[in-house]
Amino acid sequence: MNIKNFKPAIVYTIYIAATPEKVWQALTAAEFSRQYFSGFAIEADLKVGGAFIARAPDGSVHISGEVIECDPPSKLTVTWNVNWPALVEKLGPTLVTYEIEQAGEVVKLTMLQSHDRDISDDILSGGRAGWPAILSSLKSLLETGQALAIKMAPPERMLAALKEMGIGTL
Amino acid sequence: MSKPEFVYVTYIETTPEKLWQALTSSEFSKRYWFGTELKSDWKVGSPLDLVMNGTTTDTGEILEADRPRRLSYTFKHETNEAYRNEKASKVVFNIEQHGKFVKLTLSHEGFAEGSKLLDGISKGWPAIMSSLKSLLESGTALEIPVSALGIEGVS
Repeated sequence: MNIKNFKPAIVYTIYIAATPEKVWQALTAAEFSRQYFSGFAIEADLKVGGAFIARAPDGSVHISGEVIECDPPSKLTVTWNVNWPALVEKLGPTLVTYEIEQAGEVVKLTMLQSHDRDISDDILSGGRAGWPAILSSLKSLLETGQALAIKMAPPERMLAALKEMGIGTL
Repeated sequence: MSKPEFVYVTYIETTPEKLWQALTSSEFSKRYWFGTELKSDWKVGSPLDLVMNGTTTDTGEILEADRPRRLSYTFKHETNEAYRNEKASKVVFNIEQHGKFVKLTLSHEGFAEGSKLLDGISKGWPAIMSSLKSLLESGTALEIPVSALGIEGVS
């Protein structure tokens, strides 16, 4: 897989009153992610080629991937493949990059979701809805100690588009 | 080809009414919006001036003011040489209760293809919205240096 073939389809930037190390830790450690990411545990073997997993509260592996770039606390790129049957086969792998930069006394966190082909707005509606909720909650957790338990469901238009492509979502 | 627009969503632990106040009062905006004062009576058809350190940086007209749900205004940049010849665009804030939280959707649209202002506001809004969220949740806005935004020609 050549990451140069991937182009960002969704970019989300958020500024957080925290240190780069804290933001890195929140993005990569289950004890934090469970609080801001709907109970999902991020389990990451933080070296290039290491496994990257998001485990659902029921213990199942919901997202599986691999660490592609790892430069703590500045940059992390992983493959982020939701374990829905035929998803990767039909849409190709999804790449997620976090860029963490110092911005004065706060941190600028930029998330890029990239693909190696054009992806429809219907499919992208999932990420466009999800990332703001996840990262808003992460910011609240780091700044106030309290994540936001935002109730989220996959957008209907995304589920319909996936179904039409023969991608199961159960 | 996607439309030349910028959309930003954030979730804030606050009430729609407090968020409305923060979006329409200089007392708040000076703290989270790089010192900007918002001068308007917020009635449909009224003018809006964005004033930073005594200089009017942007002007507009109120298009919708449905407190505390939806606010929109035209947006015309006035100072930076690179942007000020661009036509007026449109800013829309949608405020929705989402469970215990408030979902704020900002859209800034109506740019010409290749707009430089679109690039500038795409870098500015995340900082302003992040600082607004911090102010409402923790009582402290963020001190973000303008140079960190990465806007061409602005340091």
